[in-house]
Amino acid sequence: MSATETLRPDSPAQILRVTGLQKHFPVRGGILGRQKARVQAVDGVSFAVEEGETLGIVGESGCGKSTTARLLVGLIDRDRGDVRFDGRTLGKDLTLRDLRRGMQMVFQDSYASLNPRLTIEESIAFGARIQGLSDPVGRARDLMDRVGLDPARFAQRYPHEVSGGQRQRINIARALAMSPKIVVLDEAVSALDKSVEAQVLNLLADLRAEFGLTYIFISHDLNVVRYISDRILVMYLGEVVELAPVDLIWSRQAHPYTRSLFSAMPSMDPDNRTEEPPLTGDPPNPINPPSGCRFHTRCKFAEAVCARDVPVMRDISGGQGHLAACHLHDTASGHSRAGEEGLT
Amino acid sequence: MSGPGSLVDIRNLSIRFRGARDVHAINDLTLGLAQGETLALLGESGSGKSVTLKALLRLLPPRRTDIEGTMKVNGADVMSITGRALQTYRGGEVSMVFQEPGLALDPVYTVGRQIAEAVQRKKRVSRDEAMSTALDMLRRVRIPSPERRLSNYPHELSGGMLQRVMIALALACRPRLLLADEPTTALDATVQIQILLLLRALQKEFGMGVIFVTHDIGVAVEVSERIAVMYAGQIVEEGTTHEIIKSPRHPYTRGLLAANLHDVARGTRLDAIPGAPPPLDVKPDACPFAPRCPLAEARCRAALPPVHQIGPRRRVACIHADAPMEAA
Amino acid sequence: MAVAQTDVAEIPVQKSGGYWSGVARRLSRDPVTLGCAAILVALIGSAAFAPWLGLADPYTGSMVARLNPIGSEGHILGTDEQGRDMLARLIYGGRLTLFIGLVPVILAFFIGSFLGITAGYVGGLLNTIIMRTVDVFFAFPSVLLAIAISGALGAGIVNSLVSLTIVFIPPITRVAEAVTSGVRSLDYIDAARATGASALTVIRVHVIGNVLSPIFVYATSLTSVCMILAAGLSFLGIGVRPPEPEWGLMLNTLRSAIYVDPWLAALPGVMIFVTSLCLNLLSDGVRSAMNVRD
Repeated sequence: MSATETLRPDSPAQILRVTGLQKHFPVRGGILGRQKARVQAVDGVSFAVEEGETLGIVGESGCGKSTTARLLVGLIDRDRGDVRFDGRTLGKDLTLRDLRRGMQMVFQDSYASLNPRLTIEESIAFGARIQGLSDPVGRARDLMDRVGLDPARFAQRYPHEVSGGQRQRINIARALAMSPKIVVLDEAVSALDKSVEAQVLNLLADLRAEFGLTYIFISHDLNVVRYISDRILVMYLGEVVELAPVDLIWSRQAHPYTRSLFSAMPSMDPDNRTEEPPLTGDPPNPINPPSGCRFHTRCKFAEAVCARDVPVMRDISGGQGHLAACHLHDTASGHSRAGEEGLT
Repeated sequence: MSGPGSLVDIRNLSIRFRGARDVHAINDLTLGLAQGETLALLGESGSGKSVTLKALLRLLPPRRTDIEGTMKVNGADVMSITGRALQTYRGGEVSMVFQEPGLALDPVYTVGRQIAEAVQRKKRVSRDEAMSTALDMLRRVRIPSPERRLSNYPHELSGGMLQRVMIALALACRPRLLLADEPTTALDATVQIQILLLLRALQKEFGMGVIFVTHDIGVAVEVSERIAVMYAGQIVEEGTTHEIIKSPRHPYTRGLLAANLHDVARGTRLDAIPGAPPPLDVKPDACPFAPRCPLAEARCRAALPPVHQIGPRRRVACIHADAPMEAA
Repeated sequence: MAVAQTDVAEIPVQKSGGYWSGVARRLSRDPVTLGCAAILVALIGSAAFAPWLGLADPYTGSMVARLNPIGSEGHILGTDEQGRDMLARLIYGGRLTLFIGLVPVILAFFIGSFLGITAGYVGGLLNTIIMRTVDVFFAFPSVLLAIAISGALGAGIVNSLVSLTIVFIPPITRVAEAVTSGVRSLDYIDAARATGASALTVIRVHVIGNVLSPIFVYATSLTSVCMILAAGLSFLGIGVRPPEPEWGLMLNTLRSAIYVDPWLAALPGVMIFVTSLCLNLLSDGVRSAMNVRD
């Protein structure tokens, strides 16, 4: 697919521009470790993020959202695709080291993401030390204060001595210690209890305002993503299926998969409970994804064209930035119901 | 409710785990469940909801656990069941569905054989009859092409499929009570809703009582007709799902509802409950929520709160239970 | 600015005392481990200070005082088949036995940890090369391997040390590789890599501290095996040579006396048994004390 066509036009406000990002993992087997198959974890993902914006990425397990996060921060090597950060292209005029300084990540498991043998202060100061920033310890203490942890009480403690919510605050402080422009939050609040999650979301909102941060916020919880994000990107089996500002996608889900994902949210209304599941079965295996539109095996609108042709992301909102990759929205696709109103 | 005719009747249950640090996991818990009713036990990690289920199945390690109070299932005292009767009780009378079906099923046997063996253990039937029961169960949990699935091993099935098998296994001997311990937490959203609707349908079909443990209010609303909210090993509020969602009385329940972000406008500051749950190494002698409560007064920190019965089977453990509902 | 400081103000936090003081605290509550440590200290201490303990000469015997029983006058633990004082020989024997038991494990600990951590962190082709080579050694039982290498190199202390070191490198490498690749997959390693730190820095700061203690505990458990193997080599005549006092060798030379005085003949075996048991219990105790999560 022509990835650039789906992006907003290039503009200096874009702090991150990802084009045609791809990562396939080999599945090896047998005694010789020969490659048996390829997991198409991320396949042709493109998007752009403006400075100060929060982009939410949603999707189910195997959709490639976490792989995308790790590709962005350079923790795994991409097979293909361009990453442009702050006007410079990775691998050309941008080194991985500089990218990492400008883009930091917060992980889901607050315990596994802290070295159990380092004190909290040392953990936060490590990155600043590596990058040769001045006064790493003073910086760490200052950041602890900013994420709501009293340095006098917490600096010398170890990760197992504090609660899950406090550990996630430490992880956020550790990411901020590098003075990044972008913070990638990979399910950063998902493992927390609901009451603690709200505290951390408040903190993230405060920090965004204070430091002018750009967030890429990955979560499976649509309510949380709606609360924190400006735009939402929906992934299915390694591909982007829809990308839109929150308010637009909340009122109208253009892709049938997005529609199903939204309908699967609990209703929160005891008088009006969900009666029919929006989809049957589990998401297919990303090792051998379906041909054409990858969602066609579960889509109630699927026709022959959907199994044959890969749909392209196109604007369906007349220039308001609501993009979807579905033949229903392309009158030239050959789908019998293309362009029909009110389907999705 | 509690009394004769009820399916589950737990009274003044207290559970303490002994160890290097004692944990008072359950503190004076009273809970009832009627036949054919679905109750959601709602709480955060460490609130004691899973411990309650394990106690009902007698799965807690007896040497490290002190249990006080009484638990009755279908009129029989759970703590006095021993030996063979315990085996019949587990799986026959009461059975359980776990969060990780992949860990609860045996990887070396086909799913058909595992269900059939569970049936044979409880009922004196031939192997063929047990297999046909297994097939019937797979059909009832809406597994596509069940004949083929009978001979599948657990690793050949997806997460949602495994949870269906787990439910089939749990219901194969027609228990009167099903205990479900966060059975959809590890599943994707589109699969979770399928399993919730399946459980709802099966509950109607089999007429069993269900206790459904979850940390997710949305899930509780989809699956249950009653909700009991747990905090620090106690039930702080109980009522019908409608009552809990539409008119919560306990400040903790209200905090949980606000934290669900269902109707929160983007960019507004969240009304977060501050702090974290108490560690429970001593038995609470005051309201355990008081340190985090916006309405806490001196008397909340001085003694355990009274349990107000504000309606039939509707109770709230808070001094503000009778107060009107605005501004938290 | 302090964001939402009140959010965390009420949370009780456990007392902090650092990692090693926690380990020490847990060890101090474990009488079995402490007892074993005391016995080992006594054994090592007496072996180290043997010349100053006023013992009889372990090399000079007397033809008239052969195989005196335990408790005889002047020889509390009796005498051996050449009339040498058993107590002196057991204590002096501890020097050589413990030396041969510990040094190969220490050497193998350093070499094996280096190989295993490298293989586990780098992964890929290097991992395959190192681990498959290690697997070749695993094809042989450790006793056979030690005998074969010792036999090829010839008898003697140095050759025993070399052969035993080679025997213990593969298991330590394997444990080091397993522990390291476990740690390697944790998010804090990724977080450290995301700061732009070099692989060497990440290994130094984030890997070593978290893998060395489990490898060390495993190596401790090997010292008893090593001691028994060393004794076995001496017993077979391809380790330490007479008249050096060494427990395995003593067990061999006293073999013929087993019908005359079985208690006396069993003494070196008792020393081996007690020492290896204490080493094993100590390593178990240290392992559980080092477990932070419980």
